[in-house]
Amino acid sequence: MTVSPAIPGFTPEDVRTKIGFCEQLKGGVIMDVVNAEQAAIAEEAGAVAVMALERVPADIRSSGGVARASDPEMIRAIQKVTSIPVMAKVRIGHFVEAQILEAMEVDCIDESEVLTPADEQFHVDKRQFKTPFVCGCRDLGEALRRIHEGAAMIRTKGEPGTGNIVEAVRHMRAVTSEIHALRGLDERGLAAKAVLYRVPVELVAWVAETQRLPVPNFSAGGIATPADAALVMQLGAESVFVGSGIFKSKDPSKRARAIVQAATNFRDPKVLADVSAGLGEPMRGLEVATMPDSERMSGRGW
Amino acid sequence: MGEPLVGVLAVQGDFAEHQAALHRVGLESRQVRRPEHLVGIAGLVLPGGESTTMLRLLELQGLRAPIAALLERTQDDRAAASGAAPGGSVAELPVLGTCAGLILLAREVVDPQQDSFGVLDLVVARNGYGRQIASGTFPLRATPGCEVPADATGVFIRAPRILEVGPAVEVLAWRGDDPVLVRHRNVWASCFHPELEVSHFVTRRFAALVRDRAAGVPPGAEHCAVG
Repeated sequence: MTVSPAIPGFTPEDVRTKIGFCEQLKGGVIMDVVNAEQAAIAEEAGAVAVMALERVPADIRSSGGVARASDPEMIRAIQKVTSIPVMAKVRIGHFVEAQILEAMEVDCIDESEVLTPADEQFHVDKRQFKTPFVCGCRDLGEALRRIHEGAAMIRTKGEPGTGNIVEAVRHMRAVTSEIHALRGLDERGLAAKAVLYRVPVELVAWVAETQRLPVPNFSAGGIATPADAALVMQLGAESVFVGSGIFKSKDPSKRARAIVQAATNFRDPKVLADVSAGLGEPMRGLEVATMPDSERMSGRGW
Repeated sequence: MGEPLVGVLAVQGDFAEHQAALHRVGLESRQVRRPEHLVGIAGLVLPGGESTTMLRLLELQGLRAPIAALLERTQDDRAAASGAAPGGSVAELPVLGTCAGLILLAREVVDPQQDSFGVLDLVVARNGYGRQIASGTFPLRATPGCEVPADATGVFIRAPRILEVGPAVEVLAWRGDDPVLVRHRNVWASCFHPELEVSHFVTRRFAALVRDRAAGVPPGAEHCAVG
């Protein structure tokens, strides 16, 4: 539904080709994988794309240190074995990592808070790239700033690597309620929001009028079960990213298939009951409420 | 009789864009996630998305066999002659497959090999134009006499490439020397995404076909020269 009206800041070709690519992923599950073997399992289970990275967020969390873009050799190995889109992550603001991924013909670049930020002032100027970008957000303002920079897809940040859905829910609800709050604002009201969100008023007016984001709105960060996937989709997410939740569980293949089915049947509790049965142990998970700010990935970026 | 209802396969992909495109040309649609959603439809759209994901979900949702049966009928002269089919849907159901939908319809899929419904006599290479970096909007070249507008374009996204076309399949439009819009009877398929462009002629032609069949207009009148 991106064809009209025109989206402020996007050329018609960007809308068709970049956002159009992201539309194709709707109703699907994008899975984090760390090697070719996992990529094959993900594709077989029905993943709509894979995210190639060296360590899943749970491991980045436990091992510490600086997390950077993945080794091109590892990404190439995954590109070789899979026919579905391959995405990969760059550090916030690290436009050279992004240039490298574009040169490798990665299908979509995730400018991600899961990696250690490279720039504390600027995110990547995503309009300079032909490759579509996905970026995380915690609220509408952050989503619109990323879209203004050229992101073709938005995902909630959630709290990556925790297996705890609470932050993804918070972020999805924030985006939705802030979109609703734009309804009926007059010109001065919209201008005030544009100042608050630090984006052009045309973009705010577009969202106020259509009551949705101009790009697909996905969810990530803490999804560990089919019910988690269905929860964020009933709250408005059009697809889900599952990071540590699959390959940190006891039976990744079975869990992956179940989450794929949950994304298609997210409004059907009977199917959700069937696919949730007997999946074995999920990833262990972390409490977010008692987590110190310094350990929170979702606080990275602005 | 109300407007005919089009079923849009909604297990994964850009089904919402197809529904919006159909709505713009005045047709109502229904998301098809389970077999009962096929009952009473006057046309079927297989949208863009990931064909591997759709294949898995078609099985899991119990849609594989009923859709195969519907597609069989589009190929069967006797079913076409007998008029209305069981369940209230029209015989020779109009079908539109775009991108992944075309892959699902093709007789043979390569790069890599995979399963399909096999009702269109095509050999198709997945992602045959390259990865996302090669995606874009390209001019279409019409086969003369096929009602393809001279300035028509197609949005190709990690698009499949048609390598071979069987003798019964009409080619309506080309990208360079490659067939990209094909038809066999009431089954239309494109390598590109008409649903991502405002009021694309493919969506309009498909809507006209759906209305004709629902109104009992016999097929054949719209045939054009075989490319």
